[in-house]
This record gives sequence, structure tokens and C-alpha cells, in this order.
Amino acid sequence: MRRSNPLLVIGLVLVLGQALMAVLAPWIAPYGPDAQDILARLHGPEAAHWLGSDNFGRDTLSRILFGYRTLFAISVASVLAALGVGGGLGVLAAMRGGWLAVVVMRCMDVLFAFPIILLAIAVIAVLGPGAVSTGIAIGVVYVPIFARTLRGPALLLREADYIAAARASGTTEMKILWRHVLPNLSGIVLVQTSLSLSTAILVEASLSFLGLGTQPPTASLGRMLAESRNFLVLSPWVAVFSGAAILLASLGFNLLGDGLQERFDPRA
Amino acid sequence: MVAFGVSVLSFLMIRLIPGDAVQIMLGANAEVTPAQIAALRAKLGLDQPMVLQYGDWAWRALHGDLGTSVWTGRPVLEEILPRVGVTAELTLLSLAVAAVLAVPLGCLMATARRRSADYTIRLLSIVGLTLPSFWLGTMLLYGVAALAPDAQLLGWVPFGEDPLGNLQRIILPVIALALPVLASLSRVMRASMVEVMRQDYIRTARSKGLSEGSVVGVHALRNAVLPFMTSFGIMAGYLFGGSVVVEQVFALPGLGRLMLGAIAERNYPLVQASILLATLSFVVINALVDVLYAVVDPRISRA
Repeated sequence: MRRSNPLLVIGLVLVLGQALMAVLAPWIAPYGPDAQDILARLHGPEAAHWLGSDNFGRDTLSRILFGYRTLFAISVASVLAALGVGGGLGVLAAMRGGWLAVVVMRCMDVLFAFPIILLAIAVIAVLGPGAVSTGIAIGVVYVPIFARTLRGPALLLREADYIAAARASGTTEMKILWRHVLPNLSGIVLVQTSLSLSTAILVEASLSFLGLGTQPPTASLGRMLAESRNFLVLSPWVAVFSGAAILLASLGFNLLGDGLQERFDPRA
Repeated sequence: MVAFGVSVLSFLMIRLIPGDAVQIMLGANAEVTPAQIAALRAKLGLDQPMVLQYGDWAWRALHGDLGTSVWTGRPVLEEILPRVGVTAELTLLSLAVAAVLAVPLGCLMATARRRSADYTIRLLSIVGLTLPSFWLGTMLLYGVAALAPDAQLLGWVPFGEDPLGNLQRIILPVIALALPVLASLSRVMRASMVEVMRQDYIRTARSKGLSEGSVVGVHALRNAVLPFMTSFGIMAGYLFGGSVVVEQVFALPGLGRLMLGAIAERNYPLVQASILLATLSFVVINALVDVLYAVVDPRISRA
């Protein structure tokens, strides 16, 4: 047993804590995400509103909790979809080979050539702004990343002796894939998914900051920050807390991915 | 090859819009006549077979004609070119600042041997990586505005007109855009420095009696800088995307804001051309980095 990495522990606590807050938001939030307290507009942190309130008198803490729901739902769903599609294509290309693999990987190269945010913006330009478009845009961005990360290790596995032995003993391709290849890729999958979630959260928040993501009135952390900029001089609290929430969400997954990478990679 | 694929995808962008792109572009304006729709469709070449359309579009694109803006009727290139300077200054300055600071910072980080110091450095660099640039930018704006209420922070003045005003306005955007790049580059620098310091020739250099400064500065640094340079290409992609966000925060009239405005106006030829140009320059930069890498490290070209 190796020494435990304190950063991995911090990452795990952050991810689990925030995921729990997102799931439990309707029960633990002190107010509804849209409930207005007209007399308490642009308040700083106080007993009634722990993290202050915005220009409509909406409770910042409650909106952040519901914002986490939106952020996590979109990021997790799109990254998992990208893992399924991209990872599937990558492993398939590695196991099958041939011209189909060449075509698939060339397509991935083309998608990979676009800078992340630009590709996401292009997808949204086609589909129109909104939560679903944002999810699809993030999914499209991460498909080539998963395909490329999983293809290399899958290629190495295909040549491994024990796979050849399994094949020689008459195991079907399907069974080889499920019993031998996929379990051996699980470490890489975990690391890459965690690191991708960390950046996907930033992409989602950026898009909604730019007004291309989730549309009002759904609570979204990026748009909260964008809207709070109009009242920055009067009260910076909404901007401070919504931005910090985005940072903590991305940070948690990055620490988790970084720590897992060290654990799985004996060289590091 | 990749450039060809990028151009096909950019070309398909307008064609992939669900519904009738032409009607969406002209908007819900009641005065739009079927004749106008047909005219715009013919102008965009949408009434021809797909392959012909691509050939025609690519041929004109290669000759510098990327289409005309739907609203102003001017060639999109004329609308894009004046914006390139702003984005170029922002991204190049950010990359330069980050790269210059990352080398000493990475070396410094590589010398930290204690376990607790190592974890602190890793935590700080990951915080730097995940710090949202639009939040950092907003907080910088708020902080500086509180300290110096008279400072001109938003908007843009060309360097030629007012060099001091230009630098004053670009400094905060550069910090906001450069910090994640700095965090990423110094991590790469640290990793490759640690790797290099383990090599035999470093031990040889030390046993020759060279000073520690000369061992690190001359022998180690030259070899550690190589992986550092390849990550420039990846950084270019981040900078292009990040500048869209940072331009929005600081109201800089760059390519990013042009693109966002064009999306809001459904000015698809302009969106298409901006994304195509930015992505192609990203592809070219990566190709240049590969070439440069082979020049600096002769082992690559011989392999």
C-alpha cells in the first residue's frame, strides 16, 4: 500500500460533496432558486442569506446549489456520452484495424484539430443556444479526445501475449473485449473521464457565461456570474461566490484525475 | 489532410442548420418575399448539388473570398481583418508572458524536494489550471476599479494611436488569459526538468566540477525546453478559445466578440469564416511547432 496522496483525498471530498449538494439541492436549499425577497436586494452575506442575494433579491446560496445541478447534469451526461461514443470508436478501431479504423481515426483527427471552445461554439451556432445544444456541443468536443486516449492502450493490449493466448484457446472476440480488454482500460478511462469532467465544467460555464448555454430562468453558474457583472460595483458577492463554485467544481475533478493518474501510473 | 477535413466541416456548418438556413438568416421579418429568399439562396449557392457547392466554396475561399456578410453585404474578410490585430496582440502577449515566467517557475518547482512542498506546488498549479478566466478577469476588474476608480480598463485603443493607453487596457486581459497557460507550461517545464536532472550527463557535468547554476542553466535547461516547446501548440488552441471569453469580459473588439455578435445576428457566413480561419491557423501553428521541434532536436528528423 502506497502512501495516500492528500490531493487525491481533497479531490474526492470536493467531488462527492458537490455532487451531494447538486442532488439534494431541492431539499437543502434554504429558498427556491427563483424565490424573490424584494426587500433584500444585492445584500452581502448575512443570517437570512448566507452568501448574500442578487439584484432580484434571490438567495445566492440556493441559486448556486441549483446551479450545481445544471452544471453537473450537463457536464456529466455529455462527458459520459462522449466516453461511450469516442471510447467505443477508439477501442473498435484498435481491435478491428483495416480501412474502417483509418477512416474513423482520420475523422477524429479533424474534430481534434478544432480548438475546444471554438468547436463547441460552432456546434451551438448550428443548433442554437440552450442546455441541450450545450450538452451536445461538449459531447462532440470530447469524442475525439476519448477515441485518441483509448486507442493507443487498446492497440498495445491487442498485441499482448495473454490476449493471443485467449484467442488461440478459442475465446470469442466479444468475450475477449469484455473480459480482457475493457477491464485493463478501466484505469485510463477513470483518469481521462475525471480530467475531461474538470475541463467540461469550465467549457459549460464559459458557454453559459457567453449567453450560449442554459437559458433563463434555469439557474446556471456561468450566467449568474455574467449577470452579476452589471451590479459589480454595488455588490460583488454574487460574482465572487458563483465563480468560486465553478472553480471548486472543476478543481475537484482535476485533483481526482491527477491523483488517480499517479496511482495507476507506476512511473509517476 | 486535416486542413481539408476542417474545411469540409466548416463548409457543412451552414448546411447542417436544422430548418431553412436562409429563412433563419433573413429572420422573422414579414417583409421577406420569396424572391428575396431565392436570391439569397442563389447567392449562397444553396440551389446546387452538395459536391459542386463545396468545390465552388473551396475554390473561392482559396482565392480569399469567404463569402459576404448577410447584414452589411461586405465581404466577411473585410469584417474579420480589422479584428485580427486585437486578438493577435492579446493571445501572443499572453503566450509570451506565460512562457517567460514558466521557465524559471518550472525550474524552481523542480528543485522542491520536500514532500509537503511538492504537494503545495501541485495544488497551486492545478488551481491555476482550473481558475475560470472569466471569473479571474471579473475579479481583477473589480479589484482595480476599487483601487483606482479613474483607470480606463475597458475597450480598446490601437497601439499606434496611444501606446500607453493600449498597454493599460491589455494588461488585465493578458493576466486573465495567461494564468492557466502559465500553470500548464510550468507543470510541463517542471516535469521535463525533473526528468532531465536524472540523466547521466547531468551527473557527469556535476562531477566535472561545474557550478550548480551552470549545470541547470546550460546542460539541463537546453534539453528540458524541448517538451516545453511542443506544448506551445496545444496552448494555442486554449488561447484561441480563451480569448473569446476574455474579450467578452473586457469588451475588447477582437475576433471572439465578432463571432459572438455574428451568432446572435445569425450571420452564418461570418461565423463560418471566423471559425475556419482560427482553426486553420491553429493547424498551421501545430505544423510549425513540429518543424521547429525537428530543427531544435536533430534526433527527430533523423528518426
